[in-house]
Amino acid sequence: MKARVSAGERRDRALRIALPIVVLALGLAVWELVVRIEDIPPYVLPAPGNILRTLTSDWDLLSRSLLVTLITTFEGFLLAAAGGVGLAVLFNQSRLVEYSLYPYAVILQVTPIVAIAPLLLIYLPQHAAVLACAWIVAFFPVLANTTLGLNSVDRNLAALFSLYGASRGQVLWHLKLPSALPYILGGLRIAGGLSLIGAVVAEIAAGSAGAGSGLAYRIAESGYRLNIPRMFAALLLLSLAGIVIFYLLSLINYLALRRWHESALEAEH
Amino acid sequence: MPPATAFHGAPLVALRGVGKAFPNGVRALAGLDLDVRPGEFVALLGPSGCGKSTALRIVAGLSEPTEGAVEWAQAVTPVQSENRIGFVFQDPTLMPWASVFDNVALPLKLKGMGADKAAHRVEPALDRVGLRTFSRAYPRELSGGMRMRVSIARALVTEPQLLLMDEPFAALDEITRFKLNDDLLRMWQALRTTVIFVTHSVFESVYLSSRVVVMAARPGRVFAELAADAPYPRDQGFRTSPEYAAFCRRVSEALSRAMAAVGEP
Repeated sequence: MKARVSAGERRDRALRIALPIVVLALGLAVWELVVRIEDIPPYVLPAPGNILRTLTSDWDLLSRSLLVTLITTFEGFLLAAAGGVGLAVLFNQSRLVEYSLYPYAVILQVTPIVAIAPLLLIYLPQHAAVLACAWIVAFFPVLANTTLGLNSVDRNLAALFSLYGASRGQVLWHLKLPSALPYILGGLRIAGGLSLIGAVVAEIAAGSAGAGSGLAYRIAESGYRLNIPRMFAALLLLSLAGIVIFYLLSLINYLALRRWHESALEAEH
Repeated sequence: MPPATAFHGAPLVALRGVGKAFPNGVRALAGLDLDVRPGEFVALLGPSGCGKSTALRIVAGLSEPTEGAVEWAQAVTPVQSENRIGFVFQDPTLMPWASVFDNVALPLKLKGMGADKAAHRVEPALDRVGLRTFSRAYPRELSGGMRMRVSIARALVTEPQLLLMDEPFAALDEITRFKLNDDLLRMWQALRTTVIFVTHSVFESVYLSSRVVVMAARPGRVFAELAADAPYPRDQGFRTSPEYAAFCRRVSEALSRAMAAVGEP
C-alpha cells in the first residue's frame, strides 16, 4: 500500500517537472516554425534560435549589464531587509513612532514606483536613485510581515518571560524576533523579486548610457535601436535572475526553519 | 476554617479576599481566601469558568487582583518571588525554535546565568523528567507527553518554592497522564516544593493532592476544602484502593454542591 502511494507520488513529481518542460519545448517549436514559415524579420519577432545566438554573441555586454543589475538588486534588497525589519522593531517598541511614521510607509507603498522614479532621479545621483527605487518597492512587505510576526507571539510564552522578569531587550531578542522569523523570511522572499523590479524600473527611467548600465537599460537601448533579439535576450536574463533570487530565498527559508516551523516540514515527519 | 492537614505553620502564600473583575464586567473571583503552607500539594478543583486559572495567574503575579491581596511569607521578598515561582501552562508553551536544552535553560538565561553554569542545572532537570538523551531535540520532534515533561523541567530548573500548574495534563491521554501524575509526585517529594495544581478532574485532584479546594463559579470562590489524609508515596495501588474511591466520592459530592450553588455566594 505504502509503496504504491510513494510510486504515485514519484510519478506526480516527475509530471510536475516534465510537463512545464514539454510546454516550453512545444511553445518554442511553434514560435520557431511560425517565424520561419511566415518569414518574419527579426526586428519584428526574432526566432528563439536567433535570441539564443544573440545571447552568446553579446554575452560580454549582457553579462556586464546583468552584474550591474544584480548588484543593485542585492544592495536594494539588503537595505529593504534592514529597513523593513528595523522599522518594524522600532514600531513594535514605540507606539508613538509607529503612529508617526506608519502612514508614510503606506503612502510610499501605494504610490506607483514608475511615477516616483523620475523624481528621485532629479534629486539623487543615478546609483542612489536606482537603489532608492529598489528599496521603496521592496521594504514594505518586509515591514508588514515583520510587524505581523512581532505581534503574533504566543501569549503564554510572553507571560512566562514576564514571570521570569525578562527585560524588553530579552523579550525582543529571545522571544519576539524568533517568533517573527518565519514571517520575516516570507517578507524577504517577496522583497527579493520586488527589489529586482524596483531596480529595473529605475534603470529604465534613468535611461542613461555608459559602462555602468544595467540589463533594463540594455532593453530600453535595444528597443530604440530596433535590436529586438538583444531585447529578448536581456529579458530572458532578467527573468532567469528573478527565478534564481526566488529559489535562493526559498532555500534560505527552508534551511532556517526546517527543524521547527510547520511551513518547512515535510508532509511525513 | 480549613481542615487540618499534615502541613502546619505560617502559609507560604495566602490569598486574602481576592476579587477580580474584568473590564467587560465579568467577576471572575470574589472574596477568595486561600492559605498554602510550605510543602503542601493543593488542588484547585472546579467547573470551567470558576476562576481557578485566574486565581493561579494572580498568585503568579501575571494578573493583578482588583480586590484583596496576595501575601507572601516573610522569607520570600517580591524580588525573590520572581525566582521562587515555576509555572506550567495547559499547553507545554515551549519555544519551537529552541532545542529541549535551550527551552529548559530559558529561566536561567533570562536571569543572566552563563551557559556553562546553566548546563549544571539543566542536565539534572532533564534527568528528573527522563529526557536527558533528548536535550538536543526540538519540541516538534517530541510527543505531547514529552513536551509537557520539558515544560515541567523548565518550571523546576530554578528549584522554585512554589510550582503553579494550570491543568497541565488535561490534553494528554490517560496512560500518559497517569505516568506524569506519578512522576510529578516523585519530583514534588524529592524537591520538597509546594504545588498549586488546577484541574477539573476529581480523580486527578484526589490522587495527587494533600488538600482539595473545591471552587464554585460566578463569581469564583472557595466552596469547600477537603484534606486528603492518605499517606505518600502514593502509587497505582492507591488508585484502586477503597479509601481513594471513598475520597473521590466525597470530593464529587462537594463539586456537585458547588455547581448547584452557582450565582448564590
